[in-house]
Amino acid sequence: MGHIVIDVSDVVIRFAGDSGDGMQLAGSLFADMSAIYGNSLSTFPDYPAEIRAPHGTVSGVSGFQVHIGDASVNTPGDFCDLLVAMNPAALMANAKWCKRNAMILVDADAFDEAGLRKAGFKTDNPFLELHVEDRNLIVAPITSLTEESLKDFGMDQKAVHKCKNMFTLGMACFIYDRPLDYIYAYLERKFAKKHPEAIAPNRKVLQDGFNYAANLQMIPDTYHVAPAHPKKGTYRNITGNQATAWGLLAASEKSGLPLFCGSYPITPATAILEELAIHKSLGAKTLQAEDEIAGICTAIGASYAGDLAVTTTSGPGLSLKSEALGLAVMAELPLVVVDVQRAGPSTGIPTKTEQTDLNQALYGRNGECPIPVVAAHSPAHCFDAAFNASKIALEHMTPVLLLSEGFLGNGSEPWLIPSMKDYPVIQPPFAKSLPEDGKFRPFERDENMVPKWAIPGQKGFEHRVGGLEKNHRGVLASDPATHQLMVNEREQKVQKIADFIPELEVDGPASGKVLVVGWGGTYGHILSAVQKLREEGVSLSRAHFDYIYPVPKNTSEVLHSYEKLIVCELNSGQFASYLQGLFPDLKIVKVGKVQGQPFLVSELVEAIKKEI
Amino acid sequence: MATLSFKDFKSDQEVRWCPGCGDHAVLAALQRALPKVSQALGYEKERYVVVSGIGCSSRLPYYMDTYGFHSIHGRATAISTGIKVANPWLTVWQACGDGDALAIGGNHFIHAIRRNIDINIILFNNQIYGLTKGQYSPTSKFGAITKTSPYGTVEHPFNPGSLVLGAKGTFFARSLDVELKLNEEIMTAAALHDGTSVMEMLTNCVIFNDGAHRDISDPATRADRTIVLRHGEPMIFGKERDKGLVLDGLGLKVVKIGENGITEKDILVHDAHCQNPGVHMMLADMKYPDFPVALGVIRDVKDVTYDDGVRDQVKDVMKKSSIHCVDDLLRSGSTWEVE
Repeated sequence: MGHIVIDVSDVVIRFAGDSGDGMQLAGSLFADMSAIYGNSLSTFPDYPAEIRAPHGTVSGVSGFQVHIGDASVNTPGDFCDLLVAMNPAALMANAKWCKRNAMILVDADAFDEAGLRKAGFKTDNPFLELHVEDRNLIVAPITSLTEESLKDFGMDQKAVHKCKNMFTLGMACFIYDRPLDYIYAYLERKFAKKHPEAIAPNRKVLQDGFNYAANLQMIPDTYHVAPAHPKKGTYRNITGNQATAWGLLAASEKSGLPLFCGSYPITPATAILEELAIHKSLGAKTLQAEDEIAGICTAIGASYAGDLAVTTTSGPGLSLKSEALGLAVMAELPLVVVDVQRAGPSTGIPTKTEQTDLNQALYGRNGECPIPVVAAHSPAHCFDAAFNASKIALEHMTPVLLLSEGFLGNGSEPWLIPSMKDYPVIQPPFAKSLPEDGKFRPFERDENMVPKWAIPGQKGFEHRVGGLEKNHRGVLASDPATHQLMVNEREQKVQKIADFIPELEVDGPASGKVLVVGWGGTYGHILSAVQKLREEGVSLSRAHFDYIYPVPKNTSEVLHSYEKLIVCELNSGQFASYLQGLFPDLKIVKVGKVQGQPFLVSELVEAIKKEI
Repeated sequence: MATLSFKDFKSDQEVRWCPGCGDHAVLAALQRALPKVSQALGYEKERYVVVSGIGCSSRLPYYMDTYGFHSIHGRATAISTGIKVANPWLTVWQACGDGDALAIGGNHFIHAIRRNIDINIILFNNQIYGLTKGQYSPTSKFGAITKTSPYGTVEHPFNPGSLVLGAKGTFFARSLDVELKLNEEIMTAAALHDGTSVMEMLTNCVIFNDGAHRDISDPATRADRTIVLRHGEPMIFGKERDKGLVLDGLGLKVVKIGENGITEKDILVHDAHCQNPGVHMMLADMKYPDFPVALGVIRDVKDVTYDDGVRDQVKDVMKKSSIHCVDDLLRSGSTWEVE
């Protein structure tokens, strides 16, 4: 039988099910396969806070959204074209994310009386209840079809049910015209060593799912998203946390200093520590500390002893590290602190994304305690952001705060693999000679206000550092003039970094009525919103900050070229207030959202429209 | 290699502890022990790093002409750990007080011991917060009257020795600030020990807790109220060397040699290298007046160290892995070509 393949420029697919249903795997396999096919893409895993929340409940629904396109895809997409709901709870939690013309694929076997009640449905027609009865509904008995598919394998029911995600994935592959070869290869790789017996059943279920969809009269059309024709080269998919870890390893290689990471597990930053723990072959040492404070303090010790030292955390952990951050400022030691932000305050919503730690990063310490703050703006950009943060730390002898976000850390995108020869060498200011009196001065500065780094073991450079105020010679000093001088110098050292970072770039006219401003992981959403508004004929410009403190040198000039700034961020206006503090005369409008979720492009478009 | 003397370890900084403070003597012992350690192990001065937290005793790094890091309250142990993991070639010494190591820094203290990282911790125990002017500490005696316990504390103190042994410590020694010779001996033994060495120094705070250890430190009675333990030697003590320790059921007992048929042969012989910490625990727990307080090296056993483990694992993985540079890493796993 013939069906029509319709070419579309992009589609959004959302896989949702119980947190044990394997939806993250189904989603990421679909993403990987599309990336290899050449599509541009962006992913967004949306986990529940619990590892295995009560079966069948809304709180236990785990989702994975993937957006693929034939041109540049900047976000995981606001609403989906296909929603896969493995049970009523998944439908309940995700129906609101469906487009008007979306297809909804559900496992009929899970939509029984008990399942519907557990999910909180009051009637027997969940589609009507959620007002999605007019969508393209595909109600397929996925569980029983999977059981049927595997009846000759002699597997127990639990093992059989674990393969349901492959049936669904097979169906999705048919609907979106994806070949199955990539997934076959993946199954071979994943199971070859430990569970070779799992290859055949998974393969069979995948194929049966594909065939079932092909034979189903309910799917008359399928869709094709052409390759995006990206730049030539070797690509891979990468998550933000992985890219952060690799960027740190790259900085270690380019500086010639071994990498040390002292960290305590915390969602959503843990994957960075886990990733670094794998790469001991590159000399990385990881220490899983007894607490967050030990994480940063072991890193400070390692920095003092001459390593590229890192600690990784999320908001609550950053709070615990505050005092030690001050010590690193006072001892003037290089240190990279990665904060993968999550919804706060306190424990907040650990698995959800936010940009609410900016004020903490900028100001969260006692005393006059300046620390450079940089931000990553996409999963792959985490690599460069981590490299640059390390370079600043090592060359300017200062702790640096790198702000990532749950959305970036867990999200992924295809990445044109760079070559390390294109990255600069990192040159820390090692102490090489002693002054005439033979006494090393640990806090004497060069023209960039940077002190020299003498590492224990270096003969003749014995000196003391610590949290107490000292003079240039490293001798304790509590007199008013010295304290003021040292406070000023530490501040000037950080300000001087502006001479070494790229200028702020503007997308759009160099002056005009409106500049849309963002920082961090809102990059893709703001970009898409601005593109959309331009398509509607609105003239506006856009600037995105990767360097937050200090700001790029041309910041004042750029910002003053517009009548109004619209600052969009996933908090209540922290960056907007910061900019207002720097430039009190600017007209700044705040567009904020604090819901643990990324912006929707559509809501940004609306918010910006209101201001122009 | 030039021979080092105690002068080489004295910095040009004025020592600012109160006159009569016990810390002076511990500093002097360290400055005398390190030249001997350097001689024995062939160490140069630049190999030493002295780390501290916050408190009176944590001023010590300023007075040592070595690399020094005066950190923040309670965190010295974590900083020492980072230094030693980053560069195991360095010899790390740490000065901390009873509040610093056992209250605010208690977590780092027990975990360093659990990991058996090769650092040398001098725990200055004066049973009081001195720098904040006289509040009770986690080692203050039950009922101690201080500024924050005007009617006496209602909490039990830690015995640092039990804490160390409970965390499977591989080295624990105890001494009094005034025992200069013994302290040099203990510090040298600690330096030679691979793993976390904890040296509890019972120090006197002349201002806020004067005489806290008087029961056992008074020269007139010290020999009868303390016992200096040395590996392989019988546990004999007393001015007349006429008292000793024997096992009695499941516990220890003080006996008099020559009485009730007891001879020197009946007295326990100290075995600091015994893996089973049972007897070490009983020795560390002995309190005056029922027992003499144990001084000297109570436990000194071998075990793998954390820093060696980290280093060996890195070497091992380097040998086995096919990823030797970041370019290898970036191209590892699934990649695809766009023509």
